Amino acid sequence: MTDTASTALSDEAALAEQKRKEAYFTAGQLQLIWARFKRNRSAMVGGVVLLTLIGMGIFAPFLSPYDPTIAGRDKTYQNGAPQIPYFWDQNGFSLRPFVYSYTRERSAATNFRWVSKVDEDKRRYLELFVPGWEYHLMDLHLDLPGEAFDINIQVLKSNTHLFGVDQGQIHIFGTDGPGKDIFSRTLHAIYTSLAVGTIGVFIAFVLSLVIGGVSGYYGGWIDSVLQMITDSVRTVPAIPLFMALAAFVPDEWSAELRFLFISIILGLIGWPTLARRVRTHLLTERSQDYVLAAQLCGASPGHVIRKHLLPSFTSYIIVDLVISFPYMVLSETALSFIGLGLKDPVNSLGVMLQNVTKTDVLLNYHWYFIPVIFFMALVMAFVFVGDGLRDAADPYGERN
Amino acid sequence: MSSSLIKVENLTLQFKTDEGLITAVDNVSFEVAPGEIMGLVGESGSGKSVTAKSLMQLNPGNAVYSPESRITLTTDGEDFDVLSLKTDRDLKVVRGGAVSMIFQEPMASFAPAITIGDQMVEQLLLHSDMNKKQARDHSIEMLERVGISDAPTRFGQYAFEFSGGMRQRAMIAMALSTKPKLLIADEPTTALDVTIQAQVIDLMKDLVAEFGMGILFITHDLGVIAQTADNVSVMYLGKLIETGSVRQVIRDPAHPYTQGLLHAIPKLEQLDVPLTPVPGDIPSPLDRPPGCVFHTRCSQMIEGRCDADIPTPTTLSEGHVASCFVAQYGPGGVAEASA
Amino acid sequence: MNEETPLISAKGLSVHFGLGRKLFGEQKVVRAVENISLDIPKGSFFGLVGESGSGKTTFGRAILQAAPITNGSIAYNDGEVDYNIASLDKSDLKDYRKRAQLIFQDPYAALSPRMTVRDIIAEPLEVMGLTASRKETDKRVREMAAKCRLNLEHLRRFPHAFSGGQRQRISIARALVCQPKFLVADESVAALDVSIQADILNLLKSLTEEMGITFLFISHDLSVVAHICDHVAVMYLGRLVETAPTRELFAAPRHPYTKALLSAIPSLDPDYRGQAQKLEGEIPSPTNPPPGCKFQTRCPHAIDICRSEEPMLSQLGFEHDVACHRWEELFEDQAPAIVSAQVPEARPVPEPVPVPKPEPEPAAEEEPMAPKVLANELARLRRKTRIAITVSIIALLALPFACAL
Repeated sequence: MTDTASTALSDEAALAEQKRKEAYFTAGQLQLIWARFKRNRSAMVGGVVLLTLIGMGIFAPFLSPYDPTIAGRDKTYQNGAPQIPYFWDQNGFSLRPFVYSYTRERSAATNFRWVSKVDEDKRRYLELFVPGWEYHLMDLHLDLPGEAFDINIQVLKSNTHLFGVDQGQIHIFGTDGPGKDIFSRTLHAIYTSLAVGTIGVFIAFVLSLVIGGVSGYYGGWIDSVLQMITDSVRTVPAIPLFMALAAFVPDEWSAELRFLFISIILGLIGWPTLARRVRTHLLTERSQDYVLAAQLCGASPGHVIRKHLLPSFTSYIIVDLVISFPYMVLSETALSFIGLGLKDPVNSLGVMLQNVTKTDVLLNYHWYFIPVIFFMALVMAFVFVGDGLRDAADPYGERN
Repeated sequence: MSSSLIKVENLTLQFKTDEGLITAVDNVSFEVAPGEIMGLVGESGSGKSVTAKSLMQLNPGNAVYSPESRITLTTDGEDFDVLSLKTDRDLKVVRGGAVSMIFQEPMASFAPAITIGDQMVEQLLLHSDMNKKQARDHSIEMLERVGISDAPTRFGQYAFEFSGGMRQRAMIAMALSTKPKLLIADEPTTALDVTIQAQVIDLMKDLVAEFGMGILFITHDLGVIAQTADNVSVMYLGKLIETGSVRQVIRDPAHPYTQGLLHAIPKLEQLDVPLTPVPGDIPSPLDRPPGCVFHTRCSQMIEGRCDADIPTPTTLSEGHVASCFVAQYGPGGVAEASA
Repeated sequence: MNEETPLISAKGLSVHFGLGRKLFGEQKVVRAVENISLDIPKGSFFGLVGESGSGKTTFGRAILQAAPITNGSIAYNDGEVDYNIASLDKSDLKDYRKRAQLIFQDPYAALSPRMTVRDIIAEPLEVMGLTASRKETDKRVREMAAKCRLNLEHLRRFPHAFSGGQRQRISIARALVCQPKFLVADESVAALDVSIQADILNLLKSLTEEMGITFLFISHDLSVVAHICDHVAVMYLGRLVETAPTRELFAAPRHPYTKALLSAIPSLDPDYRGQAQKLEGEIPSPTNPPPGCKFQTRCPHAIDICRSEEPMLSQLGFEHDVACHRWEELFEDQAPAIVSAQVPEARPVPEPVPVPKPEPEPAAEEEPMAPKVLANELARLRRKTRIAITVSIIALLALPFACAL
């Protein structure tokens, strides 16, 4: 009565089903979270955006056609508008995208301001993998006090860039006052902010794990004392602190050193929030039955922490880390914007926005704001990914 | 207009989850008359809580009702089709108005930061046209009625200041203050001590007699049902497998699952009889067995019949209905199968 | 006539917890366990019964040294060693841990959610260093799992794949893998459905008989205790009110509380209604216990002496002790308190089917709980908030451009 073919098919289907179920049963916590995360559309989109932006930041020197510092500025195109590559205009179609050349002139008629005039007949063609300024993929020079601590790391020297033009320069996002390419600056700014965020989050993470961990596990008076310390650190007001630090930092310090310093300080004031979360979580988990079961076997506190408590909040820690990131980025931006953080020539969004407050810029040079869109995307991507992770890690999360 | 208070017909409910479409309730039909206590018995995974929540449309958003499902609520001479009510305003008639529900864990049912009195008054203001003072007086009266001493003081206290039994009584008071026609009690005594349980059960029976309402009493404890309910329906894996009066089902269980349940219960009168569990484990709802849902664990299963066809409800005697081939045809009987 | 030394012998055991910390003035004290003396004979299945607040869980934990002992002593003597649990030094404590284990009530909280079943069962062996190699550990884990009807596939899975009954079996395997002599089961079947409960109880009984373990079974469910325990002790508000062999306790309870407990159990006979003696009121607060006998606030037979003097345990029969001033006069001629109900006409009991070989069973899907409805609402609100913030940021930024135009 039964068709052998259909039984074979249903056997296969049953086997596949069994395999899928077995995968679900043997899935560790992280695998389960990943499976749930994948189903969250906004989180996946956020993840893709985030990875793209991080990629752009890491490969910033490769992707940017010109040196973002003063050395790579284009004197002929200062405060220039963004140049969009065309494929086709009244002079004909071109397979290769091109931009127009321009000439600059100033006269009494223009109030002695440099005005660029576009010359539609002279085209500059876009080229890929163009040789340009030299760069290292990772370039770290740290001149720390004391000869022994100087750090000099250089990785992967190259001078190829993704695109460029055959003559002159191309500025996709326009240029700023001195003529620096905003596109290049944006990419490097992403990198800087991510780096500051990483260092800050890492320091905050280590500190909060240790302090929150000890506090939560032991409880009692240790907990009370550590919580008092945590609260007092949290009440330190950020702006006056940075003002004081800005005054304290000697001018001889290089941009990199300053950058490292800002990151460390951000980490040092960012740990109380995380520490409190770690402590709360540990306090809850500590009284769980399975912890008592382990203790009744005679397990040492180290064993209990390592095998039971730490794995139980790995997911929460990951979520907390991802969510703290944008706060670090935004803090650094805000501080640099008001001049208490990084300064020129280091590229960061805050530094780029320092010139934005002039009316001239606000009225005429609107392309200065393009990096803001990138940063919004970066922060929102972090937020969406963090939210997605939190939903995925939460056993009561909604299901579709 | 029907004589029953609430009539459930062909209720089929599925949940859309990551693992697929899970059938939680499969073609369940029963009715509760005014003044009747109907017990709904089943173990975890049987779908009894989900069925109860359907009566007030309290199931989460991923619940899918089949088109044949009908829940008819008869109140004040009118029939309401509960499943067709969509907006919250329409559902207000049902939720807290004509139908009230009390839950297993009273601590979770009271908002911890609002006094008990405020919550009771809020309920009354929503469902009746009393003013605040009338609501307050009525609530205090209800608290006294459920046996909470010093009600005016208790009215202003918070949930954590009450003990477990008192919280449950307060919840009953709150549920009954709107004078509902039907009270759904979802495992109300499971979390209580046995002496407090006896008190709460007595209270519920008195209130039924006084208010003339119907109770749908959901529990896994057949002993409580025997002492409280008039009729009982037994559910297994989303299907209603046996229903009848309490005497019929407990004294003369027709379905092998009911028989197994009764044998598994430790009885004080039979201390020498060893405990016999129902063999096997309840199947996952993703893996519903074909044919009769219970056949994988049934010792009296008829090969070829029980694993292939779904048994339909058969009336064994007046009011006693079971869905079982064995009950219908006797053990081993296949040949007498008609239609 | 049991001349053998009991395995556990508690004398005057008290466990008090301090509430809050006050610099000046009196600290409130919860007398969770007060002055309990009882003996648990070797090899017995000893039941400890009480409602919430009776202190039975605390007593069980105190025996395992998981609760601080304020007064009194507990002697542990299994023929090989002789310890006073109240004052154990570190190495003795380590040894004691191998001999005494605990099975928890909540099967969902008792297993570490990020460890595989194999690791959970192996943990006692690894922590206590009972095995020499990983191979040996695996072998013992597999043996224990097979005894508890868990197969090899189960060992690789995580706890989220299992139902309540299966998780409880994993807990039992973990407790038994180090081959203890004494096991405390703290409400271990309370969270399970009735047929699974029967299954677990049968498993416990067979395992303990096979491995020669003494059992302390803590429960609030008298019918369960009646079926599997050979000796029962009843606690109320931290005190022992009655203790007797099971049959005797259920046939002729002497303490009014025991009698009330028994009659409160809902009978399966629908016609036996309204004949039970109902107990009024609630258990008093353990921080503020009434003077004299703790039960006097609810006892229908309380007289003046009950309100002023606390009754001591007096022996009224062989191994039957009761703590009540009026036990002699109250129940001398009373009929047994057990419901002499009509035993339902015995239907032919179906042949107990041999348990089918457990296939790799997935966990029963939990019915969605009320928190999920709330979680849905929260998630919806979060999404709306996010969209609103995005739109307003864009609007704010577009404002200067709009003005410029």
